[in-house]
Amino acid sequence: MIKRPLSDRSFRWTLIVTTYVFLLIYGVVLIQWYRLSPAIAWADSAVHLLLLAFAVLLIHHNLSYYRPGKGRYVFVISYSTVLTGLWLAAATCQLKYFFHLDTVYAQWLNQSLPVHFIIGWLVITGMGLRSLAFYDMVEQREDLARKETSERLSREAELYKLRQQLQPHFLFNSLNSINALIAIRPQEAREMVLRLSDFLRGTLRREDQQWILLPEELQYLQWYLDIEKVRFGHRLSTEVVAQAGTDTLLMPPMLLQPVVENAIKYGLYDTTDAITITIKAWVQDNMLYVQVQNPYDSALQQPHRGTGFGLSSIRRRLYLLFARQDLLETSCDDLIFTTLIKVPQPHDKSNNN
Amino acid sequence: MIKAIIIDDEPLARLVVREYLQGFPQVTVLQECNDGFEGLKAIQQHQPDILFLDVQMPKINGFEMLELVEEMPAVIFTTAFEEHAIRAFEVNAVDYLLKPFSKDRFEKALQKWLDRQSSTNTTTTTPDTTQLLETAAASPLQSNRIVVKINGKIKIIPVQDVHYLEAADDYVKIVTQEGPFLKNKTMSFFEQSLDPQQFARVHRSYILNVNQVTRIEPYEKENHLAILRNGAKVPVSKTGYPKLKTALGL
Repeated sequence: MIKRPLSDRSFRWTLIVTTYVFLLIYGVVLIQWYRLSPAIAWADSAVHLLLLAFAVLLIHHNLSYYRPGKGRYVFVISYSTVLTGLWLAAATCQLKYFFHLDTVYAQWLNQSLPVHFIIGWLVITGMGLRSLAFYDMVEQREDLARKETSERLSREAELYKLRQQLQPHFLFNSLNSINALIAIRPQEAREMVLRLSDFLRGTLRREDQQWILLPEELQYLQWYLDIEKVRFGHRLSTEVVAQAGTDTLLMPPMLLQPVVENAIKYGLYDTTDAITITIKAWVQDNMLYVQVQNPYDSALQQPHRGTGFGLSSIRRRLYLLFARQDLLETSCDDLIFTTLIKVPQPHDKSNNN
Repeated sequence: MIKAIIIDDEPLARLVVREYLQGFPQVTVLQECNDGFEGLKAIQQHQPDILFLDVQMPKINGFEMLELVEEMPAVIFTTAFEEHAIRAFEVNAVDYLLKPFSKDRFEKALQKWLDRQSSTNTTTTTPDTTQLLETAAASPLQSNRIVVKINGKIKIIPVQDVHYLEAADDYVKIVTQEGPFLKNKTMSFFEQSLDPQQFARVHRSYILNVNQVTRIEPYEKENHLAILRNGAKVPVSKTGYPKLKTALGL
């Protein structure tokens, strides 16, 4: 968010001090050089400079709300010209109203109109262009920071996942299952090794990719779920349904993985019953919807479910990618926990920018 | 005959233990259990000599289950979690096997225990296991809930539901909205295992959930009373008062 000019303390003070200093200088010049009487000189100086300060503040403030994408310099110059006209009209009318009896001064005021206009125009235009550059810079810096955070976060998520999720329980428990299978069902052990390799290779390969096709992501999740199926016998069943038309849709990699991991963690690890995890994908209004459902037992759940690393990092990533907070929804009734992710499609995204 | 029970939520993991046990005909596996609840029932029923126990399991984990066991058998942990394993090695439990483990490693662990059994002919493993539990309790694994047994049923209390803990002879009284529960533990056990941000030892006999406090009143000289949301009053001693203030961020 761009700071409003008046909330910036240094800007406020600079404006006040500058106005005050020029008010003094201008007043002294009017008295010493143009030989105006002190009362008229100070009034002239005060009216011109206070109104000028107001005009400067106005242009600075307005540009923080609205800057056209095209023809921004033409816009600023026209805007400042209009503003200068208004400023000069207001100042001159006010001074003439005060001092209409003093014809010498009124004449002087008329004669100095072009000079006032040029000086006022230069000040206001200068301020307008400076504000434009300033706001552009702030915006650029924010964009950059957002991009950097996004990159860092996805890197961290990947590292965290590899370190915390895969190594301690998933990977070693899978190897332990393979160890058991080698003695009794060697063919199955071999299949498990291959599936584990596919899954791990997928994890490594996808690190640099920004977008990945939905079927690829679902295939990857299927490997993961298949491994869990071997580990937990026939206690886990899965249902993965992708509607027609979703084959060409894209999504950021590693987004669905933590959701499915959560589903496994709360749906499977926390119970001894047979359970089903459902993944559904569909398209609506050029938006990809992916829904993951797992059964869960509210009586046994740890409190604050859903604020864990998984879901909060997904919400954060979706915000960083699309600047929207409404792309992750969770809901639960007594028995089923539902996570819904919406992914705007990339060509749609480029239009928005 | 040596009676054994295997407790693990993965069938294939139990299978490995069974397979490795084939070299020990004197060991009989009486039951295989899927989780801590089943395990607890089986232990009461069979009074086993040794447990092969996983840590991460549905409902209650291995450590929480052992806290509820009255006649402690010897325990060999089998787990993929290294964090707890390292601690276990330090306190020298019967053993702590990291999955996947080899047959050699398993046999060595069991043989060590069998040798000790025959030489002393007593259950010397109990102190080891108890010590292991005390140390492991300090891990974040179970610090967000307390498991108690009431009328033979297991109850899981999330720590934020706890109002305060009060010493009661050999037990600690855990006071919650639903009423008090007793657990055969020491005050210092809870002082160490509960989050110090949330719980303060405000008195020799009291540990207080600071989120439940609504106000603090002076009481006699140098002492205070903490008034909880439900109106209960908990004494705060002279030494406990600064701890309460720290926990409340004052």
